[in-house]
Amino acid sequence: MPRPQMPHDTPTPFVQTRTGKLLGRHWALFFLLGMMAIFAFTGPGFFEVVNFQNIIHLATISILLAVAETFVIITGGIDLSVGFVMGLSSTLAARIMVTLGSTGMGEPMLIVLGTLAGLLVAFIPGFISGTLVARFKVPPFIATLGMWGICNGITLHLCDGFLPIAGLPSVLPRLGNGYLFYIHKGQSFTLFKKPDYIPDERVRELIRLVPFSFILIAAVVLVFWYILHKSKFGQHTYAIGGNIDAAIRAGIDVDRHLVKIYMLSAFLAGLAGVFNVFQTGIGNYTTFSSMYELFAVAAVVIGGASLLGGKGRIVGSMVGVLVLAVLKNGLAISGVQPFVRYIAVGVLLTLAVIIDQLFPDLF
Amino acid sequence: MNTLVAQRKRNTLGTIGRNWVLVFLVLEFGYFAILTRGFASLNIVQMILFYGTEAFLLATAELFVIITGGIDLSVGYVLGFATVISSKLMVVFASRGLSPLGAIVTSILITLCVGLIPGFVNGVLVAKLRVPPFIATFSMLGVCQGVSELLMQGIPAKNLPPLAGTIGNGHFLYIVPGSGISFMQRPDVARGVRVIEIIPNAVVFALVFIAIFAFILTKTRFGQHIYAIGGNIDAASRAGIDVKKHIIGVYMISSFFASLAGIIYVMKYITGKADAGAASLLDAIAAVVIGGASMFGGSGTVWRTILGCLVIATLETGLRMRGTPTFDKYILVGVILIFTVVIERFFPDFKR
Amino acid sequence: MGYIIETRGITKRFGGLTAVDNVSMGVNAGEVVAILGDNGAGKSTLIKMISGVHKPDEGAILLDGKPMKLESPMDALANGIETIYQDLALAENLNVSSNIFLGREKTKRSLGMFNVLDHEYMQQESRSVLDRLEIEIPSLKNTIRTLSGGQRQAVAISRSIYWQAKVLIMDEPTAALGIAEQKKVLDLVKSLKTQGIGIIIISHQMYDVFEVADRIIVMRRGQNVATRLVSETTPDEIVGLIVGSETVKR
Repeated sequence: MPRPQMPHDTPTPFVQTRTGKLLGRHWALFFLLGMMAIFAFTGPGFFEVVNFQNIIHLATISILLAVAETFVIITGGIDLSVGFVMGLSSTLAARIMVTLGSTGMGEPMLIVLGTLAGLLVAFIPGFISGTLVARFKVPPFIATLGMWGICNGITLHLCDGFLPIAGLPSVLPRLGNGYLFYIHKGQSFTLFKKPDYIPDERVRELIRLVPFSFILIAAVVLVFWYILHKSKFGQHTYAIGGNIDAAIRAGIDVDRHLVKIYMLSAFLAGLAGVFNVFQTGIGNYTTFSSMYELFAVAAVVIGGASLLGGKGRIVGSMVGVLVLAVLKNGLAISGVQPFVRYIAVGVLLTLAVIIDQLFPDLF
Repeated sequence: MNTLVAQRKRNTLGTIGRNWVLVFLVLEFGYFAILTRGFASLNIVQMILFYGTEAFLLATAELFVIITGGIDLSVGYVLGFATVISSKLMVVFASRGLSPLGAIVTSILITLCVGLIPGFVNGVLVAKLRVPPFIATFSMLGVCQGVSELLMQGIPAKNLPPLAGTIGNGHFLYIVPGSGISFMQRPDVARGVRVIEIIPNAVVFALVFIAIFAFILTKTRFGQHIYAIGGNIDAASRAGIDVKKHIIGVYMISSFFASLAGIIYVMKYITGKADAGAASLLDAIAAVVIGGASMFGGSGTVWRTILGCLVIATLETGLRMRGTPTFDKYILVGVILIFTVVIERFFPDFKR
Repeated sequence: MGYIIETRGITKRFGGLTAVDNVSMGVNAGEVVAILGDNGAGKSTLIKMISGVHKPDEGAILLDGKPMKLESPMDALANGIETIYQDLALAENLNVSSNIFLGREKTKRSLGMFNVLDHEYMQQESRSVLDRLEIEIPSLKNTIRTLSGGQRQAVAISRSIYWQAKVLIMDEPTAALGIAEQKKVLDLVKSLKTQGIGIIIISHQMYDVFEVADRIIVMRRGQNVATRLVSETTPDEIVGLIVGSETVKR
């Protein structure tokens, strides 16, 4: 749907000023900071390193999915399957670990094989969605909605209906929820593992810094930031979203590129699924009401991307995820009913787009 | 002469091609009828219709929006919202001494009015504030979910007037072979006497509304304008059509149908909960697309959308009867969905 | 006889830019006036004012000698000023008669209470207007999607004619057409002329202009720099006027 023309002779004055532009471009960031300032007063324990660590650690999956969605949305598409591809990877990885575990295979080997299987299987739905979109010209919405159903069905087969897959190596959650630094105030300092003299029940006495998930997030964000903003691949991604005909005429192999984009998206969803196994220690299917894919799209849009394509940034999407994550955490800590969060997210999201419309020439 | 025959042949093929969903539905039903004993019976057909009622309504809701080139992600949770409101109201009214029927009717009327609000807001956001439909309706999804949960406070409504369930699970027509028929009311017969039940009330209720709106869509200026907006929004507005008003109207129709589905849910299951329709969004959109509508707008009919619903509903019932895991449904719906679009790429003549 | 449509000193500014500067012009009934000019000369802005899309900052627009206020494109349509844009503004998913009646559908009473679309009437009327203009379209039930560029142009023109256009504005009517279809559309314009409609054409195709127009108005930098009768000028002179090298002559 072509956007109706903005009347050029009626400028919105504030929007054109320097402050207005700055606010408009980075409104999500300012909103995030403002929100944090408010929660610092309303939520006991909100403004603490441990809590911030928690927020990011718990947002790992959302961040991975938002990075995935960023690439797809920049091409003007949408990937509704990420949440269920994640579930597929998670359950397959877990199923393989359980099955191989029963043959008496060593734990390290189990984990490596399960992880690999979880990561690799994600390429299949990605490849199929990409091929449907690129070669068969199926609208991305429908192609990925189809994969949504297919992945969900296969996932439910893998976990025999609605039963999470348990019985995995117990080292998994310790890896997924481990920290780089453990400090026992005035007593000891260890790397990677808690000091042995502290039993599990007393683990809260320790100051734990830098969860392993940070390393994963940092690596993913860095690599994909580089790909999107510094590489030819990223440049072509923007070109396709901006004007697909121009991209074709410029000699970009658009079909191939789109297949790669959907495979990239699915891979990140697979990574999220495998991480989910490490975080929870079980293989989780994705429930209908989780709406991972819709929240990922929401984060990307709050981060300044347009569903029409051609616009969007990795850092923006990160801010988008954090806005949603901080909102959830802050409201919870401030004792607000969890349901209010749904409403807040809805209102916020619409606000994001309306603000975006006010600054048509900025992004 | 030969060309004439060839052309007639092509026409026949074309007709079949354009109606492949109907052919598919017949084959599908035949497949289950052969494999499952007792599948080809009045009861099973009625069961398919009965369990599919909410899906028919949600798909019709989605169809109107999709024809304009939009999408409504909120229908599932508007349904939930309507179940919560109407069930709460029924309990409140009944406890205030209203007659059961009075309580039910009043609650339904109020719910239908309140149910227009999400649609109105969606429409204003899309038409006036130019928020993409995807975002506007996803936001509304969140708001509806939040408000319903707040109203519910984790406790589904209890003590609904039993009459609600009687109506919701009743049938339009009862035939006692050899002794008579009665409308709406189950005849008092001795245990073991066979009563043939014909057409569940819920289905009648839904079909009446669907038929009215199918009429509006095909026969009135409003319907014609909706297609025009989906086909070429600029052309529509230059032809003097008030595009914004129509878009707001369409989103209101959508949430009206979602509320109807919610009311039927309450009458069938005698309870209301926020996520009652959470899993139905895929089915609704899939039914519309299988029914031949384009996501880009401008096409789609109620009749074919219902066919799309029936394909899914038959699948679900068939799989359940065969004892295969029902989650195979998701796989098959996904496959059929993709297949629908691909088939029209390869055989443009099959386009409906 | 006065002009059927006339502009008197109309001016339109966009911020600091004066897109149309004090332009006066007019079209007689049954006359084809071509507006020529380089890109950015102000042709589009001028016709958008006449068709009600833009409001002039100064000056007046007169229909049949009476000044009128155009607040929106709807006002222009109500006054019999029809515009055919380059993109034709047809709904491709609807059939021919639905497009001719788009926004002004004929309805009839059904069952004494509902207003339903009167497809039969609309088909008949569409057929008769197409016949009058000698336009051949096999079936009116075909969607616009199945028609050729020339046929689409013809449908767009028929729509204007059916609604009793007094003034018809055509923006690049032949730009997207093949040679044979261009000729058909030009023939159509000629036959409209005989029906007493005032026609304004914007075109880049000098051949078309000399084929159908009676008068040529040349615009440059928002101003009306010259008016010539086609019978008294040559393409060379017009080209000179457009690029601005011949203003000193005459």
